Amino acid sequence: MQELINRAKELLANGTVARVLGWKKGDLSYNCEPAFFETAEDMENFVYDGFCGANLSKYMIEASKLEGKTLVCLKPCDSYSFVQLMKEHRVDREKAYIIGVACRGKLDIEKIKAQGIKGIESVEGAAWEDANDVLTVKTFYGDKTCNWSDAMLERCHVCKGKEHVIFDEQIGESRETKDADRFDRVAEIEAMSPEEKFAFFRSELSKCIRCNACRNVCPACSCRKCVFDSTKFDSAQKANTDSFEEKMFHIIRAFHVAGRCTDCGECSRVCPQGIPLHLFNRKFIKDINEFYGEYQAGADIDEKAPLTNFTFDDVEPGIVAERG
Amino acid sequence: MQRIGVFVCHCGSNIAATVDVKKVVEMAALEPGVVHAEDYQYMCSEAGQAKIAEAIHEKKLTGIVVCSCSPRMHEATFRKAAERAGINPYMVEIANIREHCSWIHKDMEEATKKAVILARAAIAKVNLNTPLQAGESLVTKRALVIGGGIAGIQTALDIADAGYEVDIVEKTPSIGGRMSQLDKTFPTLDCSACILTPKMVDAAAHEKITIYTYSEVDKVTGFVGDFTVDIRKKARSVDATKCTGCGVCQEKCPSKKSLSEFNRGLNTRSAIYTPFAQAIPNVPVIDRDACLKFKTGKCGLCEKVCQAGAIDYTQQDEIVTQKYGAIVVATGFDTIKLDKYDEYAYNQSKDVITSLELERIMNAAGPTKGHLERLSDGKAPKEMVFIQCVGSRCSDDRGKSYCSKICCMYTAKHAMLIRDKYPDVNVTVFYIDVRTPGKNFDEFYRRAVEEYGVNYIKGQVGKVAPLANGKLLVQASDLIDNKQIKKEADMVVLATAIEPDPSVRKIATMLTASIDTNNFLTEAHPKLRPVESPTAGVFLSGVCQGPKDIPETVAQAGAAAVKAIGLLAKDKLMTNPCTAKADELLCNGCSTCANVCPYGAITYEVKLINDHGIREERRVATVNNALCQGCGACTVACPSGAMDLQGFSNRQILAEVDAICR
Repeated sequence: MQELINRAKELLANGTVARVLGWKKGDLSYNCEPAFFETAEDMENFVYDGFCGANLSKYMIEASKLEGKTLVCLKPCDSYSFVQLMKEHRVDREKAYIIGVACRGKLDIEKIKAQGIKGIESVEGAAWEDANDVLTVKTFYGDKTCNWSDAMLERCHVCKGKEHVIFDEQIGESRETKDADRFDRVAEIEAMSPEEKFAFFRSELSKCIRCNACRNVCPACSCRKCVFDSTKFDSAQKANTDSFEEKMFHIIRAFHVAGRCTDCGECSRVCPQGIPLHLFNRKFIKDINEFYGEYQAGADIDEKAPLTNFTFDDVEPGIVAERG
Repeated sequence: MQRIGVFVCHCGSNIAATVDVKKVVEMAALEPGVVHAEDYQYMCSEAGQAKIAEAIHEKKLTGIVVCSCSPRMHEATFRKAAERAGINPYMVEIANIREHCSWIHKDMEEATKKAVILARAAIAKVNLNTPLQAGESLVTKRALVIGGGIAGIQTALDIADAGYEVDIVEKTPSIGGRMSQLDKTFPTLDCSACILTPKMVDAAAHEKITIYTYSEVDKVTGFVGDFTVDIRKKARSVDATKCTGCGVCQEKCPSKKSLSEFNRGLNTRSAIYTPFAQAIPNVPVIDRDACLKFKTGKCGLCEKVCQAGAIDYTQQDEIVTQKYGAIVVATGFDTIKLDKYDEYAYNQSKDVITSLELERIMNAAGPTKGHLERLSDGKAPKEMVFIQCVGSRCSDDRGKSYCSKICCMYTAKHAMLIRDKYPDVNVTVFYIDVRTPGKNFDEFYRRAVEEYGVNYIKGQVGKVAPLANGKLLVQASDLIDNKQIKKEADMVVLATAIEPDPSVRKIATMLTASIDTNNFLTEAHPKLRPVESPTAGVFLSGVCQGPKDIPETVAQAGAAAVKAIGLLAKDKLMTNPCTAKADELLCNGCSTCANVCPYGAITYEVKLINDHGIREERRVATVNNALCQGCGACTVACPSGAMDLQGFSNRQILAEVDAICR
């Protein structure tokens, strides 16, 4: 981490960048939050450890409007979101100095809690420098241990890979964390009967408190004015009036990001109710892959997105009806 | 708030017999905004239109809903009526209670309920309608004809004779198409080439016609009156401006093993070739897959023997971009592949041939110089069997459900010609039905039976099996005598179903012209607009629209030409005001709409936007109204809902849905 901090300070000092976009410690030590740093002194609060799951690409939309370049730290998976935003002309490449930071899988405090560990004060062994795979969890009730891989975010188990798709320079060595197929759960849900599916989503989505965290964190949800906030549309009212209101909101949102979602997993990471929102997006991604060939949003700046492109080989629309 | 008038049409008994029109009037009158509702026997009649005008004046209507037939029938009629009475024509909405309701339902109560719902939806929409103004666009006075067969040639000649420039694009090295492959034509038995080649020459010589052979349409943009087309002129490897058509290159070419496309693969041709002697243009092409110079780098014989110095191995494909006001599709047909019809032994025996192959065998310029002989051993046949409906009128997915229409007549022709020239040959035709509607057609067929002694047997052939003695065993049933037949034959001719040329799918997609499940292009109306595609400015000529014989093709070609001329004769067209519009305050500038726009109508510009007091430069979408066709693709692709279609706004559509679901 020191190497990253030193380099950032150097770039701030020589005027290459006007600010640094990274992470700082939150109220709880395992709660890291995105932050801008404008001076070397500010950088004292900079942190990059296992709890820096937050994807910073979306912050570059606003940072692109500021004077001077912004140094942005992107993990390999975050870099896909950045490219996708570039494709949509939402971020300005010229305004970004991208440091591709290494990643060895990000941690999910909920996963640690789920192992029955209570009263957590801090987690040791999550720093970049700590190469070991065992975390020591300091609690009111004494020290507990936990394996890194058992505490990882779901998205890290299906990691897109160690490579950054865009960067100006890279710092550190990433680690392979993939040990599952990202469509396994989608396939299980696909195999359910319509009644089971409905019951499953109803039970998951009825937990929703409409805090909008999923939308606000999503790099694909970058509209200047969200349809749910606009009086020009009736969507907001519709989502609110239905007794099962959440189905409208999340399904409309999934449609809006279809074909643009890089599967960064931020929606599920930030959901305070633990709803597996990424499953909607993955269903779309799986279908797109099956109908139009493998496609990864954000992987390639020039590649045409299947849902907004037409080729003579496209499947006939009827296939959806046939498949049910 | 609008002041809406609702007019419910009986359409004689078409609607009134199934829908309680009085009830529709009564229910519509309760809807918000409705200040007038009435019914009448024929709303489209002069008296009906007068009722609308009267109500507009008396009740000061601002919007009209007509509950009647499909808007494709009379939307224009009612819009004009409204305009004459002083309200904007785009304040008229049609509720289709005929095609969508009375014609498809039997139960009056249910149908009435549905008609009320359809009326409600239209009323909900009109409540949100705004007046729109049509713009104008210019017409390019030039037509494109895709396909250089008899259909394309005739259409091009007719358009050119009317004084307009026409380009023909033909994918093979010569114009002429299928008709140039035929030997004789029914029912007059005149030589196909003798009547076709003068037309080919006329087209080539016409000062208004430009022919692009060995060329394909690569890309189509634009719209009626103003299409822009990229034509790919494939590299001929021969300079057409220098070639004299002497033919020496073809004689000397050492690579002579390629199957002749023109002779349906029955014999071979050289790597440098013209498809047939009367080819237009009489300029050969080099088949680069077969040419030794291209394959090995050695040879170059044609270049050495060409006195004119026309051979050019370095020639590249060339793209010609041209603007057109009208496009006529005349892509023709091919026979279906017989892979799924193993029972006829087509792939096992050389003596089982398709009718089109027989045309080449019978033709003096064909692979056997016009002698009827078996391709396996060159012997003259004594027993010939013709099998009708191979792949036509087929109930399973091996063939086509439709009747190919031409087979009954050409089989009678073949049988008659063979019996005439070779009286010692027995000819048997197995048929399901003999269909001979057409002038002098049945007389022709009867002559084959009565004068020429052709043996017609009603019944399908179950199997054709090659025998060790070289003959073919034909097993069939005779439905009239109710017996099974086993017959040895020397040759079997399959009346193979025809299908639209496979290239039509790609062309239809480029033109956004619709095709049916059999790949035939769809007409704008099957009875009343048979030569127009539903896509404005696109016309249909020949078999690409449906099976037809030569006289019908020529008639339709002329009809398509007249429609194209009617369009080209106009200087300006009214444009549809129902175009897309971007709300700059909502636009993210993401380019999604531009990516999906099939007309290239959307561009982006960086503009100073004042968003409720926040002034900033933003990248926003702009729609070119002349290019936008109102397809609405952008409105559904736009993630932020900034794109909307005038006349079909998201709010209007949702209001209709709400009215239906209420």
